[in-house]
Amino acid sequence: MSSRFVVLLIPLAVIAIFWLMARREAATRGPGHRGYFDRNGALLGTVFIALVGFWTVFLVVLPYLYMVVESFHPRLIPSKRGGPEDVLTIAQYRSFFVEPSSGNWNTIHLWAFIYTIGVSVVVAAFNFAICYPIAYYMAQSGTRQRVRVLMLLLVVPYWVNEILRAFALRLLLASKGLINQMLMGAGITDGPIDFLGANVGLYVGLSYAYLLIMVFPLYNAIESLDRNQIEAARDLGAPWWKIHRDVVIPYAKPGIASGCTMVFMLSAGSLAAPQFLGGPRTLWFTSIVYDFFFQSFNWPRGAAYAFILLVACIAFVLLMLRVFKVSLGETIR
Amino acid sequence: MSASVELDNLTVRFGSFTAVSRATLDIAGGEFFSFLGPSGCGKTTILRAVSGFLDPTEGAVRIGGQDMSGISPNRRPTALIFQNLALFPLMTVAENIAYGLRVRGVGKAERRRKADELLELIALAGQGDKLVSELSGGQKQRVAIARALAVQPKVLLLDEPLSALDLKLRQHMRAELRAIQRQVGITFIYITHDQGEALTMSDRIAVMSDGVIEQVGDGKSVYDSPATPFVASFVGENNAFPGRVVSADARMAVIETAFGRLAGRNPSRLTAGDRAILFVRPEAMVPTAGAPEATLASEVVSVAFEGNLTHLYLRGSGKKEISLSIGRTAGFAMPAQGATTPASYAPEAGLVLPEGALARE
Repeated sequence: MSSRFVVLLIPLAVIAIFWLMARREAATRGPGHRGYFDRNGALLGTVFIALVGFWTVFLVVLPYLYMVVESFHPRLIPSKRGGPEDVLTIAQYRSFFVEPSSGNWNTIHLWAFIYTIGVSVVVAAFNFAICYPIAYYMAQSGTRQRVRVLMLLLVVPYWVNEILRAFALRLLLASKGLINQMLMGAGITDGPIDFLGANVGLYVGLSYAYLLIMVFPLYNAIESLDRNQIEAARDLGAPWWKIHRDVVIPYAKPGIASGCTMVFMLSAGSLAAPQFLGGPRTLWFTSIVYDFFFQSFNWPRGAAYAFILLVACIAFVLLMLRVFKVSLGETIR
Repeated sequence: MSASVELDNLTVRFGSFTAVSRATLDIAGGEFFSFLGPSGCGKTTILRAVSGFLDPTEGAVRIGGQDMSGISPNRRPTALIFQNLALFPLMTVAENIAYGLRVRGVGKAERRRKADELLELIALAGQGDKLVSELSGGQKQRVAIARALAVQPKVLLLDEPLSALDLKLRQHMRAELRAIQRQVGITFIYITHDQGEALTMSDRIAVMSDGVIEQVGDGKSVYDSPATPFVASFVGENNAFPGRVVSADARMAVIETAFGRLAGRNPSRLTAGDRAILFVRPEAMVPTAGAPEATLASEVVSVAFEGNLTHLYLRGSGKKEISLSIGRTAGFAMPAQGATTPASYAPEAGLVLPEGALARE
């Protein structure tokens, strides 16, 4: 029996579990409690379970499970699938560390991986630095009208297509682009600065792409802070930066963690900004995954790489939450 | 260490709205001073101007003789206790108390020592490591006081700090606040809309209405000799009889009211023909006939027995009933509901003031 077949059994098991849970609910609660099927009727109850099961299974569980299974298989031509060569293997994961053809360390991919994680951390930190003042202003000090205008100014640019935005940034930052022409025109530099080659475009593009993802959790967190707390700290003699250090940031920590996590995850998994704004020598990890799927049609290896990235990111996020003493539940509040 | 607080022609406007108008008064160092008034009268605005969260539109605030304009709240010798206390929920009790010391760069051991000392003062010794959320309402209240006292302010500002507590606790905290004030000896400025709080705790009271200070004086003078109809009707219960002065001398005046001619003291030197209001306290009235110009008659609307007092409500000329509070030892026979009874007072207990706005019920 192929391992791919196991994947198809799991959804049936999930539906069965849902159904059993619904059945048991009436039995475990007291006699006055109306069970799931009593509340919804047999027909609707079954339909709900089937819908939720379908959603969970076909949109969440199945695609990922299929990819997991795929990543543990060798790359085979279609005719050999399911044949004697189709065995479970960790070769795809191994290939991330050791190049299969030469047996040397796979430095190119390892470096791309570290670079991607590193840049994503920097982007998340940079985004926090930009968004914290904006969010604080919107949540605590701005007048209602100004906050509305600011909110609009933040949101409207995102109506523009992501690729269009990336190319627009490219035009600004190119060797003969607006910024270089202005710098040269003002006599600040003699020759054009290679912003794109130095990955400035990549950093700016990534930061800008996820600005809102950072602003809104921060805004939500800071908005619920009682303004008297800020005034109390001020009254007790705290200068503004100590108020932020001791009162606002500790209070907003779940929001900060939520925003940073999202920006980090999305940035590490982003494709458009690195593709269009990255320098010619820059290798972004998602681009490697993309190439495995669509250039060399090596789905198993692409899937393995994607899971390495996913697991590494989750581990990193959990570690950071640990370090900053935030529980996972708080960040999705 | 205490400091005097002077308001010099203090005016605060928000756009076209004047929150405080030309407030001028001197609060002595070490005094327990209350601002009393209904909500929206401008008392909190005065407090925020003293603490530095608001800049006066005109006039000045001086603390210890020093002009405070341009000095931000973190640099003023004041500490504010907020209405909702605004304790820091993520810090322990001791950390809350020592926060003002922490931002001043005081070392950890010294902070802890000072916090323990203050916990002793507020009778919460040994509870420094608890979270604020583990404390009861009254305990939180005391922590807020300790946190403010930790920075050794010369003036402590209290913005209705007892309003969130239940009645019993509130009465207990009044005495406690007063005791703490005596102990630390600094100036307390207390904001309240509760006249009971103001009367029991304060050395002096400023009664405010619509941004204007109506009267400044100790509790007894504010209660016994209100300067305006607003003060007369806001501080304590009062029966108001509007009318027109028919005869007056330097001491007494008689006014023509809906219940006939009634007399009262005349501190404002009103003369015949002036529009005026006669005020008589419920406890100054008795349900019998007295001097002809200090007796009225009306129908009994209701009788309410309250233990030590019995409240008698007679039909008034307007919507508001005339109220009499009669001590149980006075030995009056209570008239039945629906009957018409005379009610009288000693003419000196009546007070005639020039016509003016009454406090809203």
